[in-house]
Amino acid sequence: MTMIGPTHFLFLSAILFTLGVFGIFLNRRNVIVILMSIELILLSVTINMVAFSSLHGDLTGQVFSMFILTVAAAEAAIGLAILVAFFRNKSTIAIEDISTLKG
Amino acid sequence: MIPPVFVAPSLAVAFPLIFLAGMSLMLLLLGVARKTEDFKSVNNLAIFSLLAVAIVVARFSDERMEGLNGLFVSDPFAILMQIMVLVGAAVALSMTPRYVERERLMRIEYPILVMLSTLGMMVMITSNDLMTLYLGIELQSLPLYVLAAMQRDTVKSTEAGLKYFILGALSSGMLLYGCSLLYGYAGTTNYTALQLALTAEAGMAPGVVVGMVLLMIGIAFKLAAAPFHMWVPDVYEGAPTSVTAFFALVPKIAALALMIRLLSGPFENMVDQWRQVIIILSVLSMAVGAIAAIAQTNIKRLLAYSSIGHVGFALLGLAADNAEGARAVIVYAMFYMVMTAGAFAIVLMMKRKDRMVEQIADLAGLARSQPLVAAAMTIIMFSMAGIPPLAGFFSKLFVFQAIIDAQLYALAVFGVIASVVSAYYYLRVIKVMYFDDPADEALDRSNDPALTGVLTISVAVLLFFIILPTSVLTWAREAAAALAQ
Repeated sequence: MTMIGPTHFLFLSAILFTLGVFGIFLNRRNVIVILMSIELILLSVTINMVAFSSLHGDLTGQVFSMFILTVAAAEAAIGLAILVAFFRNKSTIAIEDISTLKG
Repeated sequence: MIPPVFVAPSLAVAFPLIFLAGMSLMLLLLGVARKTEDFKSVNNLAIFSLLAVAIVVARFSDERMEGLNGLFVSDPFAILMQIMVLVGAAVALSMTPRYVERERLMRIEYPILVMLSTLGMMVMITSNDLMTLYLGIELQSLPLYVLAAMQRDTVKSTEAGLKYFILGALSSGMLLYGCSLLYGYAGTTNYTALQLALTAEAGMAPGVVVGMVLLMIGIAFKLAAAPFHMWVPDVYEGAPTSVTAFFALVPKIAALALMIRLLSGPFENMVDQWRQVIIILSVLSMAVGAIAAIAQTNIKRLLAYSSIGHVGFALLGLAADNAEGARAVIVYAMFYMVMTAGAFAIVLMMKRKDRMVEQIADLAGLARSQPLVAAAMTIIMFSMAGIPPLAGFFSKLFVFQAIIDAQLYALAVFGVIASVVSAYYYLRVIKVMYFDDPADEALDRSNDPALTGVLTISVAVLLFFIILPTSVLTWAREAAAALAQ
């Protein structure tokens, strides 16, 4: 049985971050999935912050992670509101239909 | 200087921020309490409070002060950049009322969102800690997403808001991951402590380099530097024009200030690493700004690509990594604001039979119907192209001087070539105004004194900078000198 150390947390958060970034770029279907990917990125950062905070024995990281959680909530609220406004105009939230503006 | 009896010394730095936050909440209450949504009085009060904060900030002392346990800092650089941001926001708001009236956007939230976003930019500029940096960036971005989607019954505007939101949130995520890696290495988020921890040897650690690059990418998104510029043309085109004017004028200045602050503070000892990133961003931005703009037919998209190009030139000055370079970037940002304000005043004037138009072809025949406006546009376009003796020429000249002092000759040559290529599309606008026959009726005459005023001041500054250059250059030099301390 190996001890769970900082490296494990770093790997976990790196994997979550990569998943989040790829979720935004490779996903071709739905904007909701993009919102979920953004949450995933923010949560991976939170894990990082808390892991480093306990590693350094310094509270700053945990305070930072509380701020991240708060901002993430505000961000999700605004994102969903804009999405609803878009849906009312276009009656779809498929990614290939977000293409009025280009050139 | 604020008397110390009035506020605790550590709060003094944050006083303008607290005042602006209080004013925006007061205005929100005022707007909600009065049944008839009185857009104009809220807008005027918002302009008044932005300018009042600018005066308070301008009266701060030139000494470096830290506030709230080192979370905020005030020095000549922060003071100058805050004044630019506040005045820019006030100018953008002064250009709005007639436009929003015509487009039925007269909601009191509009000026309040602009104020909150400006507050976020002030937090960014005065930040002295990764935590304030993140909160400032978010406070700046969240109102901008809403502003872009302000015209919520049109597909274009909501789509612009959605695109801006997705890419903005992604960039904040990257920036945060970078912050977490730097915190993990240094065990602190304070800039001063980070500067001590991030020595040249630390630049060898992959985690630190990745963290720094992610942080810079996050800011490059906000700055709209290529290759992170893909949202800019769509958002500029889709958002209501008065909002676009605000986007073009102000947020870039704050992002640029943040970039300068980080590179000359915490990352000072890692020049070899960040210089490559800045050079890539700068070269790509200049190339995209010069080439992609050629095919544009919409004036808002054209200005979007032109702003990407200008960011590329401004970043050149950063790549020089000397006091000369920082001064050049500050001067560049100032004249960029002046030129953009004038250009958007003209775009906001463009209407035919009382409907807004925004194609470059709509400008045809302007030289005959409104010769003065056409002349003003000519001066702005010449200045953007960098033709002497206009101010735009000097801002480019200072950047190139700094780059040559730093012996980055290839970069200087590339910059000059990009500048010549981009002159093509600026001259094309002038050609359309003076030589093309209008396909339709002439554009309506503008009757908005605010737009005329902004345009007149902008053109006057561009024309007469050559007569009185010293004061502007002295401010910029003092601000740049404060960074080196």
